[in-house]
Amino acid sequence: MENTNIDNQVINLTKEDFVSDQIVKWCPGCGDHAILKAVEDVFPKLGRRKEDIVVVSGIGCSSRFPYYMNTYGFHSIHGRACAIATGVKLANPNLSVWIVTGDGDCTAIGGNHFIHAVRRNMDMNLLLFNNRIYGMTKGQFSPCTFRGTVTKTSPQGTYEDPFNVGALVIGAGGQFFARGVDINTKDLTETCMAAKNHDGMSVVEIFQNCMIFSNGVHANITAPDVRDDMQVKCVDGQPLIFGKNRDKGIRLNGNSLEVVTIGENGITEKDILVHDAKEKSTGIHMMLAQMMPPQYPVAMGVIRNVDAPTYDDCLTDVIANESAKAKIQTVDDLLNSGTTWTIE
Amino acid sequence: MANRTKVVELEHVVIRFAGDSGDGMQLTGNMFSDSTALAGNDFATFPDYPGEIRPPQGTVSGVSGFQVHFGHKPVHTTGDLCDVLVAMNPASIKANMRWLKPGTTIIFDIDSLNDKALEKAGYTSDPTQDDSLSQYKLVKAPITSLTLEALKDFGWDRKAMLKSKNMFALGIVMYLFNRDITVLNAYFNNKFKNKPDVIKANQEVVAAGYSYADAMEIFANTYRIEPADLQKGKYRDITGNVAAAWGLMAAAERSGRQLFCGSYPITPATDILAELTKYKNLKVKAYQAEDEIAGITSSLGAAFAGCLAVTTTSGPGLSLKSEALGLAVMTELPLVLIDVQRGGPSTGLPTKAEQSDLMQALYGRNGDAPLIVIAARSSADCFYTAYEACKLAMEHMTPVIMLSDGSLGNGSEIFRIPRVADLPAIVPPIAKANDPEYQPYRRNEETLARQWALPGTEGLRHRIGGLEKADGLGNLTTEPKNHERMTYLREEKVNRVANYIAEQEITGDPNADLLVVSWGGTYGVVLSVVEKMLEEGKSVAHAHFRHIMPLPKNTHEVLSGHKKIIVVENNRGQFANYLREKQPDFRYEQYNKVQGLPFLTAELEDKFNDLLK
Repeated sequence: MENTNIDNQVINLTKEDFVSDQIVKWCPGCGDHAILKAVEDVFPKLGRRKEDIVVVSGIGCSSRFPYYMNTYGFHSIHGRACAIATGVKLANPNLSVWIVTGDGDCTAIGGNHFIHAVRRNMDMNLLLFNNRIYGMTKGQFSPCTFRGTVTKTSPQGTYEDPFNVGALVIGAGGQFFARGVDINTKDLTETCMAAKNHDGMSVVEIFQNCMIFSNGVHANITAPDVRDDMQVKCVDGQPLIFGKNRDKGIRLNGNSLEVVTIGENGITEKDILVHDAKEKSTGIHMMLAQMMPPQYPVAMGVIRNVDAPTYDDCLTDVIANESAKAKIQTVDDLLNSGTTWTIE
Repeated sequence: MANRTKVVELEHVVIRFAGDSGDGMQLTGNMFSDSTALAGNDFATFPDYPGEIRPPQGTVSGVSGFQVHFGHKPVHTTGDLCDVLVAMNPASIKANMRWLKPGTTIIFDIDSLNDKALEKAGYTSDPTQDDSLSQYKLVKAPITSLTLEALKDFGWDRKAMLKSKNMFALGIVMYLFNRDITVLNAYFNNKFKNKPDVIKANQEVVAAGYSYADAMEIFANTYRIEPADLQKGKYRDITGNVAAAWGLMAAAERSGRQLFCGSYPITPATDILAELTKYKNLKVKAYQAEDEIAGITSSLGAAFAGCLAVTTTSGPGLSLKSEALGLAVMTELPLVLIDVQRGGPSTGLPTKAEQSDLMQALYGRNGDAPLIVIAARSSADCFYTAYEACKLAMEHMTPVIMLSDGSLGNGSEIFRIPRVADLPAIVPPIAKANDPEYQPYRRNEETLARQWALPGTEGLRHRIGGLEKADGLGNLTTEPKNHERMTYLREEKVNRVANYIAEQEITGDPNADLLVVSWGGTYGVVLSVVEKMLEEGKSVAHAHFRHIMPLPKNTHEVLSGHKKIIVVENNRGQFANYLREKQPDFRYEQYNKVQGLPFLTAELEDKFNDLLK
C-alpha cells in the first residue's frame, strides 16, 4: 500500500491544484456550481496531499462531481457511493474520502448503504446535495420531496411524507450532521472544514437549487428577504439566536423547542438555548434537525458533532493487536497448522 | 486391541453417520475421518445437515448426516451409495434409504425403537420387523443402554451420559474397520482440555462400543483398507470453503497486496467470509457488509484503492451483484467473485448443490460485459482455483467469477500442503508514481490490461466510473466509434487470457469413441466412472473444464475425433449450450440431473455404456 503519513508536512496547495480540465456540464445557474466553488476552496485547506484525496459518487447530477475535481475519483453506480467509499477507506485508511451524492441517490436507492455507513461511523465526509427532486432523470419526486408536490411521476401531488435527512442521520446513530446552503459559500466552506475535522462519518446536507425541476424549493428558507428569519445558525457554545434584528431565539420549554422573542414577555438572552454540538444524547439535536417552517426556522451549521470510535480505526486496531499476538504469521504457517500428517 | 473375526480387504468404503441433529454425528464423522487420515487412506467427506437450525426432534427432516468415503485407491468423490450406515434412530434409516444398496450394513441403535419414534419418523410399521430392510445387513446394537451402563459410575445425569452415545457407535465402527481406538485420545485431550472426567468417559464409551462389537461378534467379518499410494508430502483435511479462503490469502501474500473481502452471509458461501475473519493477524480485511450489493461494491472500492479484492456469494447474491460486476468490467479493476452455487432459481434449494449459475456468471449483466469464469473441481482444488482467479484478475485487470458449489464448499478431502513460494508468481501491473506516460486506459500491448494506479500515488490522479471512457485517455465520451472500440477491447482482453491458462487436458484416448465433458463439482464422480470404464477397456475419454471463459486454446482439438460427445451437468444443459455457441462444429449429447443430488456413479456408467452401444 502506498501509505504516506503527511500529517507533519506543510501542504501548500491552492484552488488551482484541484480544478480539473473537464468541461463542467451542469445547467447554467445550477446550485452545484456554487458547491463546486466551495469545495475547491476547502480541499487546499485539508492539510492533505492532493494524491491522498478520493472523491466517490453515485449517479445523478451531483455525482458528476468527481470529474470536476482533480483528485482520485470514482463515479460509480446509483446509490452505491457510500459502499464503494467504505471499501476505499478500509483498503487505505490514510486516504481522505469524500462522498458526493444527491437526495435520490443517497436516501432512496442508496438508503441502506447510507444508514449503515453512518451507523458504523466510517471516517468519511458526505456531501448530500438536496434539491428534493430527481434532476438527471428529469423531474420525478424523491424521498425528500414535500407531500403534495406535483412532479412527472406525481401528477396529482405526492401522498407520502419526506425524509428529514438530519433526523435520518441522527436516528441511524450518526455523530456528525450539518446543514448548508449552496450559495452561502462562506458558511458552507466553514461547515465542510468542520466535517473534515470530525473523525467519523460527517454528513453535510446542502440545500441545493435545481433551476429546472425544483426551482425555488428552498426559497422559503434561503431567499434574501426571509433567510435571516428562517435560518438559525448552530454554533457550538453560542445561544441559538436568529432574525434580521437578532432578537429571536430558540428556547427549551419542557420537552420541546419554541421560538421566542428577546425582550418580550420578560425573555432575555439567558433564556435562549445554548447550542451544544458535542452533547452525546440525541434529543435536542433531533429536535433541532426537525425544525421546519413555518413554525420554526431551519437549523443550519453543525447541529451534531460528537466524538466516537470510528469503524476504520477499530479495524486497524484489531489487525494490529491480532498481528502482535498471533502464532500464525504467514500463509505457510496457516497451511501447516492444526491436524496434519505426513506420507513418507 | 486385536479383533477375532476374519478380516476382508477392501478397495474403498463409504460410511454414513446419521442421527438426530443433537446426536453429534458431525463430530463422530470428523473423528472417524481423522483416524482415516492416520490410517494412510485417501478420503473425502461430506456433511449433510438439515437447513433448519433446530428441526423437530426425531423426524426425517431433523436427521443430520456425515459421510466419509475412504480408500486404498485415489478417492475422487464423497461417495454416493453407502456400505455402512450408522443410524441413531428410526428417522435416520428412513431419511437415508436412498443411499442404501443391497448388502449395506446398518448399525442401528435398537434402544431408539419405540412407537413414538416410529411415528415421528413416519413409519406405519416397524421396519426392523417387516421386510423393508431385508436387503440389508441390520445390526441391532443397544447403543443407548450400553452407553448408560458404561458411564454408570460417573455420577452423571442421564442427559449428560447420553451425549456420549455417538462415541459408542464410533467404537463399533472403529472395530469394523480394524482401527486403533487409542488414536482418538489426542482428539479427546485437545477437545476436553481440563475436563479429565469427560475425556475418560468418552474413552470408556468408545472402548465399550469396540468391545461390544468384538465380544458379541455382531459382524461376520471386519474390513481393512490398505494405505493409499499417495504422493509423498504433508497432508491435511480441508473443506472447499476453507480451501478457497486460504487460496485467496496465499494470492494476497504472493502478490504483495492486502486482501479485502466485502461479503454478506448466504448459504452455502458464508464459511469463506467466516474463515477470512479469523485472520486479522495476517492483515486480512474481511468486512461483513449490509447487503450483497455493498459486499461487492465495497470490494470494488478496495480494488480501486489497491487491495486484492474479493466478494463471496451464492446464486441469489450473484443476481444482486450483477450491476456492480458490470461496473467492475467497465472500470477494468481486478475483482474476484466466488459463487458457491446452490439449487435455484430464487431461494431454491439453499443447502443443495447445483451448477445452474453458469449462464448468469457468463452473461448476467447489462451490455456486452465479458469477464473470466473459472470453476473448481474438488474441495481441495478450491485453493488453487481461488489462487488462479486472483492471479488472472490482477494481471489482466478484470473481474473473475470463480464457481464452486455447496458440495465442494462443505465437503472435505485430503490436501497435500503446498509452499506459498512454489505457487506461480503474481505480478499486478501497478503504475509507477509520476509516470508521464500514464493514462487510465492505456493498455499493455500483449494482455490489453490497463494499469492499476493506486490512490495515494503521486502524479497519477485520475477518475474512473461506469460511464464509457475514451480509449487511452479515459475522459468521458459517447463517441460512437470509441464505444465500439472499447467494447471490442474489453472482449479481446478476456479472450487473450487463453494465452495465459493451461491447455485443456484429456483423460483416456484423445480419439476415444465417447468423450465425456464436465466442469466444476462433477469432476470426481465423472472421473471415477471413466477410470472404471477405461480399466474395462472401453473407448471413453474425459475432458473436465476448469477454464470456461475463455476456453483453453486447444478446446477444438480436444473435442475433435470422437464419435460422440456427452456433456454431464447438474443443470439443464448450460455448458452444453455454451459449447454449442463457442464450438459449433460438434454435436453434443447431454446428461443432466437437477435434484439437488450429485450424480451416482451407476447412473453415469449406464448412460455412457448406452452411448457406446
